[in-house]
Amino acid sequence: MTAASRAATAALVEVADLRIEFPTDGGAVRAVDGLDFSLGAGQALGLVGESGSGKSATAYALLGLHRGTGARVSGTVRVDGTDVLTATDAELRRLRGGAAAMVFQDPLSALDPYFAIGDQIAEVYRVHHRVSKSAARARAVEVLDRVGIADAARRSRSRPHEFSGGMRQRALIAMALACEPRLLIADEPTTALDVTVQAQILDLLHELRAETGMGLLLVTHDLGVVAGSVDRILVMRDGRAVEGGPVGTVLSAPSAAYTRALLAAVPRLDGPAGPEGPAGADVPAQAKPVDAAEPAADAAGLAVGPVPTPTPALLKGGPVAEDGALLVAEGLRREFKRGRHAFTAVDDVSLTVRAGETLGVVGESGSGKTTLGRMLVRLLDPTRGRIHYGGRDIAPLGDRALRPLRRELQMVFQDPVSSLNPRRSIGESIADPLRAEGRLSDAAVVSRVKDLLERVGLDPDWYHRYPHEFSGGQRQRVGIARALAPEPKLIVCDEPVSALDVTTQAQVVALLGELQRDLGLALVFIAHDLAVVRQVSDRVAVMRGGRIVESGTVDQVYDAPRDPYTKGLLAAVPVLDPAEAAERRENRRELRSVMVTAP
Amino acid sequence: MNGLPAFLVRRVLQAVLVLLVLAAVLYAVFYLAPGDAARLACGPKCSPAQVAQIRGQMGLGDPVYLQFWHFLQGIVTGHTYSTGTGSLHCPAPCLGQSYRTGELVTHLIGEKLPATASLALGAMVLWLVIGVGTGLVSALRRGGITERLLTGFTLVGVATPVFITGILLLLVFCSWLQWLPYPTYVPITDDPQQWAWNLLLPWLALALVEAAKYARLTRSSMLETLAEDHIRTFRAYGVGEGAVVRRHALRGALTPVIALSALDLGTMFGGALLTETLFGIPGLGQQLVQSVQMKDLPVVVGIVLVMGLAVVVANAVADVLYAFADRRVVLA
Repeated sequence: MTAASRAATAALVEVADLRIEFPTDGGAVRAVDGLDFSLGAGQALGLVGESGSGKSATAYALLGLHRGTGARVSGTVRVDGTDVLTATDAELRRLRGGAAAMVFQDPLSALDPYFAIGDQIAEVYRVHHRVSKSAARARAVEVLDRVGIADAARRSRSRPHEFSGGMRQRALIAMALACEPRLLIADEPTTALDVTVQAQILDLLHELRAETGMGLLLVTHDLGVVAGSVDRILVMRDGRAVEGGPVGTVLSAPSAAYTRALLAAVPRLDGPAGPEGPAGADVPAQAKPVDAAEPAADAAGLAVGPVPTPTPALLKGGPVAEDGALLVAEGLRREFKRGRHAFTAVDDVSLTVRAGETLGVVGESGSGKTTLGRMLVRLLDPTRGRIHYGGRDIAPLGDRALRPLRRELQMVFQDPVSSLNPRRSIGESIADPLRAEGRLSDAAVVSRVKDLLERVGLDPDWYHRYPHEFSGGQRQRVGIARALAPEPKLIVCDEPVSALDVTTQAQVVALLGELQRDLGLALVFIAHDLAVVRQVSDRVAVMRGGRIVESGTVDQVYDAPRDPYTKGLLAAVPVLDPAEAAERRENRRELRSVMVTAP
Repeated sequence: MNGLPAFLVRRVLQAVLVLLVLAAVLYAVFYLAPGDAARLACGPKCSPAQVAQIRGQMGLGDPVYLQFWHFLQGIVTGHTYSTGTGSLHCPAPCLGQSYRTGELVTHLIGEKLPATASLALGAMVLWLVIGVGTGLVSALRRGGITERLLTGFTLVGVATPVFITGILLLLVFCSWLQWLPYPTYVPITDDPQQWAWNLLLPWLALALVEAAKYARLTRSSMLETLAEDHIRTFRAYGVGEGAVVRRHALRGALTPVIALSALDLGTMFGGALLTETLFGIPGLGQQLVQSVQMKDLPVVVGIVLVMGLAVVVANAVADVLYAFADRRVVLA
């Protein structure tokens, strides 16, 4: 009997006609609706879909995690010979962690904050193996070492908050490995991680699979993540399978329209830059006049349609300097006090934002990009440095002096849920800055808010609706409308699309580009996603450890990076072509063996 | 435990400041409030000359800031009072002398504190056992008949004033069933068994009201913790529900309970007035009310300071426990 036929007769996972319903106040919501798939021993399957597609609910069903939650599950789910839906609680407990182990999305909240990581792994191990505490502890150290935690014996005594995000995810994978499961279920295992760490975790999963021969079910919204990690993929939408097949075929020649749309929405590193194309491609980062063809500030009104070429008079009238620079930051530094120690979040950063252009700021978490963005709009006081805007240095200004500038410098936040007041209608939220100004009558405020809603692609009649009635993308549109309300000259967008699905992300990015073209806004686009930044930016600055390590036009930085950190970042970005992904993994391994990378 | 000594020093300084402000405010309030302490102390039959003499003796003729200063001096160095016939020494920390009886406030508090402390500590043990137990059961048996019964019980408990619960307890256990004697306070140093036996009903009365609050807090906190991601992790690794609750949910769920009990215990030290009155326990609560009525400032200040001290100490203990339970918390 060949390996292939053995796999076929005894599939590791068999799911047939799976249906999952969650009862809600407004009737049952069907999360999964008649799903069939199977996974042979040692194979890897990617379950791909946007939020709400039912992919996570499916993964949970494999371990019977819906039991006791009120969800209704029907159909057949068979994992390693156990019929999950009819199994007794004891059988289910044997399956969980023993035969099939799960790695969760957010590795910080997925570990118990009160216990040492080694103890948590040992506890799980002892559920499935009758061994002494010390033997279990030894096993924990062994698997921690295996997943690349340096000095595993000592670090196993650390609690989760003492680990970095990547190390926590490694620890979770170690927990999964401890009992040598035949199936690893990874639910968005890299979504919370930086791109370089993501690459390390995906490489680790790949190695472990080759080594142990376990099967992998990888649940993700990110097509780039599956491309290099699985053999087959299943694209889900609204609880149903849209398309399935070998990963190379589906990604290169998708048959379903939805898959094609999904692929088209994925921002690509090598793809076309922003809708207008990069402006002033050969202009160095600073101190050169803005390209004449580039639209400049015309924030006087929300004119829809083409913006007239700016006249010198307009440039002089506004805060724009002769060279087109709207805002120039010099030697910005920001320290945060942590008890007796000062922590420098941003260190000696200088940059120029020109009217009508988008400056992309990329960096991993902790690189200081958000702190920088907040200083640029003066939501934070710089510890040192100057910010030239409108002919003066606004860095040392106090609240009162800043008030007239507030409307010109706006911010769009990452999380459209928490940045909107849930108890106020969206119309009122957008109206707030206008009311605060006090220039417009109440009726004028309302009509202007309705214009703004229409401008960002929302129905003006939704003025009185509340944030919870909107999807993530719609809420981000509300956030953009609120930033636009006071007719700003500069908007700092802090990870504006990172909480959104790719298709929604593409729409919001397109909206920002359109608004910029029409209104001549200057945008600072802060993101960790290199591909998105390339898509929207004219120029880009790469941040690391509070400093800008490299800046230039997008083409310069992306096509000919000079700084090794930028090179590393670019090498870590997942690609959609499985063959290329394998090649890049090989390159990364060589890169790692020659240089010791930061943990 | 990181930074424990520094934490304690900071807390002590904080406590001193809080108590100083408290005492100053009390002096100011009493000075402004109507009524003449000297006249009240002397009694209705005193002549104006006698009242004036007493006022002089008590230092009430001095401006209020001077009175306050003398009070602070007394705490640090002690004080010697002249009585008509001789002198009375009040060793540091001297909280002064009752206007009404001339008794030293420290003695008075020493007399009344054990009863109040017995009531408060015993009741707390009971309310934690009953409250946390009920809360846990109703969180773990969510949706069942048990939970509905317990929820009903806690609602009734929250809504019923302590004097009604107390009277009902007295009626049932002392009058009808006659299982217990009508409580009289027996100091623990005299007879521990009688002490506990006599305090049983007051403890219960106080605990039932408080337990209801704790049951609700424990329940919601437990449900919140059980919904956390790390609980799901251990369930997903085959750890049994009992172990998940005991090892991974309980600690997180009980932290707010610790914080609240510290506050409540502090308040109880000011005397659970209604309970003390109802069960005839000679504690600080009764004394406080009497002294307020008599404008007996030194006694009031003394008791309020004890209460303040209890709140501050209980909170510091809660913070240490908190930091011990959750290593991410840094003592500050």
